[in-house]
Amino acid sequence: MEFLKDLWNFMMERKKWWLVPIILVVLLIGVLLLFAESSAVGSFIYTLF
Amino acid sequence: MKILGISCYYHDAAAALLINGEVIAAAQEEWFSREKHDPSFPHQAIAWMLESNGISLEELDGIAFYDKPFLKFERLLETYYQHAPRGWRSFLKAIPIWIKEKIFLKQQLRKELKRLFPLTKECPPLLFTEHHLSHAASAFYPSPFGEAAILTIDGVGEWATATIAHGCGNQIKVLKELHFPDSVGLLYSAFTYFLGFKVNFGEYKLMGLAPYGKRKSEQTQSFIKKIKEALIDLKPDGSLALNRSYFKYATGDRMTDDKKWEHLFGFPRREPESAFEQQHSNLALAIQIVTEEIVLKMAATTALLTGSKRLCLAGGVALNCVANGVLHRQQLFANLWIQPAAGDAGGAIGAALAAHHIFFGQERSDRNRENDAMNGAYLGPEYTSFDIEKVAKKYQAPYQHFSNQSELCEKAAALIAEGACIGWYQGRQEFGPRALGNRSILGDPRNPEMQQKLNLKIKFRESFRPFAPSVLAEDTSEYFDLDRDSPYMLLVAEVKPERQNKLPPEYDQLPMQEKINSTRSDIPAVTHVDFSARVQTVHQDTNPKYYQLIQHFKNLTGCAVLVNTSFNVRGEPVVCSPEDAFHCFIRTNMDYLVLGDYLFSKSQLTPNPKTTAITNHTFTLD
Repeated sequence: MEFLKDLWNFMMERKKWWLVPIILVVLLIGVLLLFAESSAVGSFIYTLF
Repeated sequence: MKILGISCYYHDAAAALLINGEVIAAAQEEWFSREKHDPSFPHQAIAWMLESNGISLEELDGIAFYDKPFLKFERLLETYYQHAPRGWRSFLKAIPIWIKEKIFLKQQLRKELKRLFPLTKECPPLLFTEHHLSHAASAFYPSPFGEAAILTIDGVGEWATATIAHGCGNQIKVLKELHFPDSVGLLYSAFTYFLGFKVNFGEYKLMGLAPYGKRKSEQTQSFIKKIKEALIDLKPDGSLALNRSYFKYATGDRMTDDKKWEHLFGFPRREPESAFEQQHSNLALAIQIVTEEIVLKMAATTALLTGSKRLCLAGGVALNCVANGVLHRQQLFANLWIQPAAGDAGGAIGAALAAHHIFFGQERSDRNRENDAMNGAYLGPEYTSFDIEKVAKKYQAPYQHFSNQSELCEKAAALIAEGACIGWYQGRQEFGPRALGNRSILGDPRNPEMQQKLNLKIKFRESFRPFAPSVLAEDTSEYFDLDRDSPYMLLVAEVKPERQNKLPPEYDQLPMQEKINSTRSDIPAVTHVDFSARVQTVHQDTNPKYYQLIQHFKNLTGCAVLVNTSFNVRGEPVVCSPEDAFHCFIRTNMDYLVLGDYLFSKSQLTPNPKTTAITNHTFTLD
């Protein structure tokens, strides 16, 4: 929660709104890549791509 | 008010402790972990400084980190977006690391601190300062000036690669910035890479190689022209635009487009550890000359924008002591102060100081001091006689103990005068990249073979590397063209012309090795091939023991200079504990070791299984 609040404050300060979708997609991909490191969720990710 | 400053996760992790605005302690993690340029969270550095000062984590008013992760992430995303689809490989490598640690830095820092101090109930507030503000704060607040211009230049922070600011009282106002990917530091690093050295770590080697270049040769002049015409667009105010088609660092995993550089300069990238040719030295000299020109232009703009007569410098490029020497001689400013830990390690001090003065609004109580507030940079750990005796016992090493400091210094000076190399380990460790007489290897500068001996038999490093002189502050002008103090070894000056030897007419044409072997002055071991020297002035008030040692050496020999090189071998962090020092002593051909008040002689050591185990340890080359 604190992270999202900090991120929101940062976006409000920088006002580079065009970055929002990129950040969200990158965060999503990043989280998936991280999960992919563990074999338990690896198969789930393979079905996605 | 107690503040902890932290810099880590890129290179040279460090921590600094501030009490009521005074830098009480600063330490680099590599000292403890024994891994050179260790970037990891500085667990051991923090544990040492809090425990040795009897401070718990909860007592801290704040913890300041030296850069802003979101801003850096923004730069990363924008850069990849601009260059897409190029750079996807580097993108896939970088993003998981960011997602895993760097973007959640606040949580990551709390986790690390909790691991370090498990009993802590509540972590103090975490603050983040911009990278270049950290550098600027590290340069201005500890300086002797109440008001000054500030110039910070490095590779890159978040977006800024160079900053001009004005410091007054407890405030710093940023006036102008140069942004990524245009960067003097990255330009210099690109040449470091192309000439076969490691980026971020080998820049000082490139600086040491430059004097072997032939300044007036057609090749050097054509290299300078090519750099200015093809690689950079240098503006009159010192800002520059890099020709991006020649550089790969924005999105690639290397610094340069090697093929284009080969085509431009007429030779391929030098393989690491391969032999040096004249063209390598000439190119090193060319980029050094261009860097000096850029720094001078930036400094002139700084003077113009701030109207100040005093300049504070920091950032990795401020460790380029040759450029600093040129800047000093140009006299654009009446006074110059350079942060001794000008690189990222010093960011820990800067972040803490910025938090103290800017965030918490604390006044500076010590404006216009005579001395700076760095305590001679002697901010690291100190060990006791008990620790030294423990090492002696462990390795069954005989020693001579001196209860009188003067007698010890007299004995050590006599040994140096006889040609011995001595490991000199005293008091608190120096913060920053330079050994300043507490973790040093010392020798006689008059000995023409000393440079070779130190490079090849003790430091095990490249033979072209020069050594620095430590000189009694009041005798500086007897030996060097330097009219001011240089306590942190950050200024290069020429050896006095009357001390220089007349060189053979063909000197300029000699191969590198023969140039090294020539006796260039009456202090040849510290005179570089272009008669320059990276001077450290030694002052009685900041290091009385080292001062006394040189004084005894002067009494014995008439020479007020010693060769001073850091106490380590190539690839090894500077020694921290007495045991580290003893290990280094055993592994090398050092003749004597002085640990505090204890003198160890190599000839009196009898090999045993424990000392043999030490000699088998090697370090990765840097």
